[in-house]
Amino acid sequence: MAKNAVITHPESLKRPAGPSEYAKDPVNASLSKADKIALYTKMARVRHFEQRCIRTYQQGKIGGFLHLYVGQEAVAAGTISLLGKFDHIITGYRDHAHGLLVGMSMKECMAELTGKVTGCSKGKGGSMHYFAPDKNYWGGHGIVGGQAPLGTGLAYAVKYRGQKGSCLTYMGDGAINQGAVHEAYNLAALWDLPIIFVIENNGYSMGTSQERSTAHPGCLAKRAEGYNMAWDVVNGHDVYEVRAKTAIALKRAHEESKPTILEIFTYRYFGHSMSDPDKTYRDKEEVKGYRETKDPVFLFEKELLNEGVLTKELVESINAAAMEEADAAAVFADESPEPTLADITKHIYWEEDNRGPKTTSSGTIIFE
Amino acid sequence: MAVISYREALRAAMREELKRDENVVIMGEEVAQFNGAYKVTEGLLKEFGPKRIVDTPISEAGFIGLGIGASMLGIRPVMELMFWSFSYVAFDQVVNNAGNIRYMSGGLINCPIVIRGPANGGTNVGATHSHTPEAILASHPGIKVVCPATPYDAKGLMKAAIRDNDPVYVMENTILYNDKAEVPDEDYIVPIGVADIKREGTDLTIVAHGRAVITSLKAAEILEKEHGVSVEVVDLRSIRPLDEETILASVRKTHRALLVEENKPFCGVDAQIAYLIQSRAFDELDAPIGRVSSIDAPQIYSKKLEDLQLPYPARVVAAALKVLA
Ligand SMILES: Cc1ncc(C[n+]2csc(CCOP(=O)(O)OP(=O)(O)O)c2C)c(N)n1
Ligand SMILES: [Mg+2]
Repeated sequence: MAKNAVITHPESLKRPAGPSEYAKDPVNASLSKADKIALYTKMARVRHFEQRCIRTYQQGKIGGFLHLYVGQEAVAAGTISLLGKFDHIITGYRDHAHGLLVGMSMKECMAELTGKVTGCSKGKGGSMHYFAPDKNYWGGHGIVGGQAPLGTGLAYAVKYRGQKGSCLTYMGDGAINQGAVHEAYNLAALWDLPIIFVIENNGYSMGTSQERSTAHPGCLAKRAEGYNMAWDVVNGHDVYEVRAKTAIALKRAHEESKPTILEIFTYRYFGHSMSDPDKTYRDKEEVKGYRETKDPVFLFEKELLNEGVLTKELVESINAAAMEEADAAAVFADESPEPTLADITKHIYWEEDNRGPKTTSSGTIIFE
Repeated sequence: MAVISYREALRAAMREELKRDENVVIMGEEVAQFNGAYKVTEGLLKEFGPKRIVDTPISEAGFIGLGIGASMLGIRPVMELMFWSFSYVAFDQVVNNAGNIRYMSGGLINCPIVIRGPANGGTNVGATHSHTPEAILASHPGIKVVCPATPYDAKGLMKAAIRDNDPVYVMENTILYNDKAEVPDEDYIVPIGVADIKREGTDLTIVAHGRAVITSLKAAEILEKEHGVSVEVVDLRSIRPLDEETILASVRKTHRALLVEENKPFCGVDAQIAYLIQSRAFDELDAPIGRVSSIDAPQIYSKKLEDLQLPYPARVVAAALKVLA
């Protein structure tokens, strides 16, 4: 393959529409009917939440940036569905789905977007900076690639503490060209850290198609070879496949304490963020093609209908409930109070927020 | 004279310099095909082609460093950072390499690079995207920093920066991009290191840079109308070099000084200016120097509070009245 050739789904990942060949993979075959319905429900919730976000944004209630995940749901849903007590995650700014999937509520997520004190970060972080450390979710990072060393550090801490865990470190296809990512790769491989670098390859970094940004040896994950690291490519439209291949990497992390790079092919339907008119760098037909033939939520729905796990009625009620939940979150965000002026200078230093016998430093720390 | 926006003024400066000097190259994320994340470079790819207008991967340390290296060999790269916040990824290049190479080579090597992009809060994008690093960067000898507040200055300073033989960091402001004003059609530059009196007055000197100038002009208006105070507004335009004489001359005239900036207070630009005034015009002062900066915390996301975190006219008016009391 030429150095900068377009990476589309590798041949091995192209398969005729129809049942997923990964349905019978042990991690999927072992799912109960209820598990499968729950997984589908989670994906539907992510989609409806984000579609509700568009409305809230258009109403002028969300400022700054809003990066939507619509089209990519199977990536976060599939990978996160496998995680256990000592497995952690960290991602970039396209972070809503990951938050909802680890169990954050739509309410706290929506309220964060509108800058309310009831938001997950108390209105301090915004769309790009969700955090839920109690759910092993370490953000939500606005600087492209900045999370890669952090994820490596989380994996280091897991290993240090002797836990059978890992850190899934998500990033985009553009992020892999940051120096920090390469340094993280090397450290992860050199020190045998239990990490999975998940490249969510949606084909574009802002308006730059992947072949205009990246020199690679056939695919992005293959850079792993330069670090003597395992890698794989994954069809990210099929949540079963995402689970099957993530399970292998997770086992490698848990049992051998070894890193993996997983490149998961996916697609975003909307512009890079809400402020991207999305008119210049890809054509409408391309987006339409993905929506119509590779939609991860719809494909899984079809899969489960065929399996007899879902019924039309169930699909409708799940989606109606998700929409209702998203609407309720928007109302909650509307009705929530703003943070106050005094909140600006809170949460800067642990010591300032915890003055007492245990605090030792003195002197002015916040300046006029 | 044409009325153009701050954004168009920057673009006009780059276009004219691209035409004037074939060594000028524009480089950055999304600057070419996408026409710039903030459309500052719109149309330049079409006009000058892909050799002169170059899209980069998201590799700030790499491409900024590359620009610095190319400048050593006589290229005049004008590098766009989508936000100055992202310079932190490239800090070693921006500070250690660009700032030291001339000194360490005993003057053998020049580094005529321009790095430009927005450096401001106030757009509700959170702490990671709202840095104002002019003071941090200007604290390194070897580096020049300018902060235009108006379309006229944006164009003139950008052209001066491109012609300069040292690294010049141009800090723009996304909130100012749509501001419009008259800008000459003919070639001109605003020399780096020359402040500008944006409003003349006799009772109080306000020293500001960047958008704080605009805020201060609004405050001056209110002070005049509602309090009968005549305020002089000194726009620094350039942080390093710093036009000390213009600041001092104004303070010697009004005998009172208020310093306004959007930086956080600790070691902000105003700390340097306060030192200057007290050391060289101490006897001229009728009151302690006043100061307004951003509230000392990482930039908050909440729009309502971020507007309060930054200096705004009412806060400047209140601080001015204190200095005048
Ligand atoms: C260091 C840094 N440089 C640039 C940006 C601006 N930026 C934000 S997202 C983005 C594109 C990233 O694309 P990719 O990694 O493919 O992720 P995707 O948006 O497709 O999920 C850019 C250039 C940034 N946030 N941080
Ligand atoms: Mg991408």
